Amino acid sequence: MKEIVVISGKGGTGKTSLSASFAYLEGSNTLVCDCDVDAANMHLLLDADFSQKEDFFSGEVAFIDEDLCTNCGECKDVCRFDAIHVEDGQHRVDPISCEGCWYCSRVCPTKAISMNTQKAGDLFVSNIKQNSKMVHAKLGFAAENSGKLVAKVKKTGAELAKEIGVDYIITDGSPGIGCPVISSLSGANLVVLVTEATVSGLHDLQRVEKLVKTFSLKAVCIINKFDLNEKMSHDIEEYLDKEGIEVVAKLPYDETFTKALAIAKPIVEYDKNAKLSSLVIKAWKKIKQKAN
Amino acid sequence: MKVLEEDKAEEKLTIGVLTTKMKLTIASGKGGTGKTTVSANLTSYLASMGKKVVLADLDVEEPNSALFIKSDLKNTKICNKMVPVWESENCTLCGECARVCNFNAIVALPSEILVFPELCHSCYACSELCPTNSLPMNPIKIGEIKEYEAENFSFVEGRLDLGQEMAVPLIAQTIEYTDENFKEHIKIFDAPPGTSCPVIEASRGSDFVLLITEATPFGLNDLKLAAQTMRVLKQNFGVIINRDGIGDENVQRYCQDENIPIVTKIKNDKEVAKLYSKGELIYPKISHFKNSLDEIVEFIGGIK
Repeated sequence: MKEIVVISGKGGTGKTSLSASFAYLEGSNTLVCDCDVDAANMHLLLDADFSQKEDFFSGEVAFIDEDLCTNCGECKDVCRFDAIHVEDGQHRVDPISCEGCWYCSRVCPTKAISMNTQKAGDLFVSNIKQNSKMVHAKLGFAAENSGKLVAKVKKTGAELAKEIGVDYIITDGSPGIGCPVISSLSGANLVVLVTEATVSGLHDLQRVEKLVKTFSLKAVCIINKFDLNEKMSHDIEEYLDKEGIEVVAKLPYDETFTKALAIAKPIVEYDKNAKLSSLVIKAWKKIKQKAN
Repeated sequence: MKVLEEDKAEEKLTIGVLTTKMKLTIASGKGGTGKTTVSANLTSYLASMGKKVVLADLDVEEPNSALFIKSDLKNTKICNKMVPVWESENCTLCGECARVCNFNAIVALPSEILVFPELCHSCYACSELCPTNSLPMNPIKIGEIKEYEAENFSFVEGRLDLGQEMAVPLIAQTIEYTDENFKEHIKIFDAPPGTSCPVIEASRGSDFVLLITEATPFGLNDLKLAAQTMRVLKQNFGVIINRDGIGDENVQRYCQDENIPIVTKIKNDKEVAKLYSKGELIYPKISHFKNSLDEIVEFIGGIK
């Protein structure tokens, strides 16, 4: 079993549309993980049925029992997150600022502060198009710990993939270079970097590629909208060549992409005969070869 | 953050405020919807109207604004976070530090204490609860803040070092730097994408948040998430629909049903995408884009 993680650094490059297309092509031989838990979208393209739901608990928040509290202010003094405020003479916790470090609770002389586990989101296992399954999640509003939720999605996905016995896990990664992305990348057999031929596309690709390199992961790249700026596309290819990363597809700026998205279908399902689709099909073949 | 809230209570947001110290955050649930394009163009446009304005790029994981702005570097500030460093001399290896760390950043072995700085949240508990003061807090670098001078406005960028996991402390420091150095400026914050910690940090001190979306199922899904986050934060916000013309009416309908103001719609235009790909400003060349900026300026000038 091989895990293929699709990431992009920059948002809006077509990462999710492409991941969904690969999943659609491979069908029941694959399990899909959506690790963009902040703003998950894969479920829209693959008709997820949200059949199993599990609460995700992570992190803790301090709570002050006002009957026990003497308002001595010790908690406020030690808090480095500015999470304890005095309202009408009473010390209270701002749950959004609280990091759940327990320091206040440990120093409170009257043991008035308890730590409550927070529900940070929902984890789902869904049946999707092409008789396949997907693990995805929804982070609670204004909740933290998205990195941990990503790790949970990946762990659940890996167990389920083993149980069903699929050959591929396709993971739609999170944007950026921080903790959720690092979490998405763990255990990847191949990373697919999706970029676009724009100045920001190149800039973000370079940052995310360096990150992939620090984890010694094997990677390939897809350049989307390459004809938007052929010089930029050339610069990107030159950079990738230097880094020893193969370009498995160069996709043109094509309204098919947006049209498929507008009715929530993977490109290869929307019009399997479109030129764009044939390029995506070829790319998926190359990706599989590279992963094995 | 507290200081910001006091400011907010004092000010009435009228057209007058736009000329002094309004804070505007440009955010979106979904990435790639045009945050940076709108932020950079809006800043330059306000500056061309003679306003004192500063743009701060808070997308510290992937900062891009600098690619669209010709400017000279004026100042670099190294950003640190505080982490404990073990000093063995007086340590009795009691293990209290590892017990009080709720982030698994400290492991107490029989003969030494191991610290994992990347897991540390800088809560100081281990350091201050250590009976022998064997874990003093020391700074380690997590990124940089750079201040640039463009032709007629200033620009601040936060940039997280590769391999660093925690964006939030750097976002907070970038906001603080901007607030301190540009007290009398209109501040435009280019936020990171998403709905979790980084975007919360970038939004909650602002007077107003503009959420950029597109009229597709993805755009709608992510707008709903971002809008609910803004509501939890009790943050005033409005919507900009970018690439108008693709997709359907659902985003517009959602905004109407939820009483969320649509500040402007920016037409879908391949010419905009082309200028963007080269890192050029859009409004000097494309009039419908400039009209949209006018609608934004008019709107934020009149927020009650």
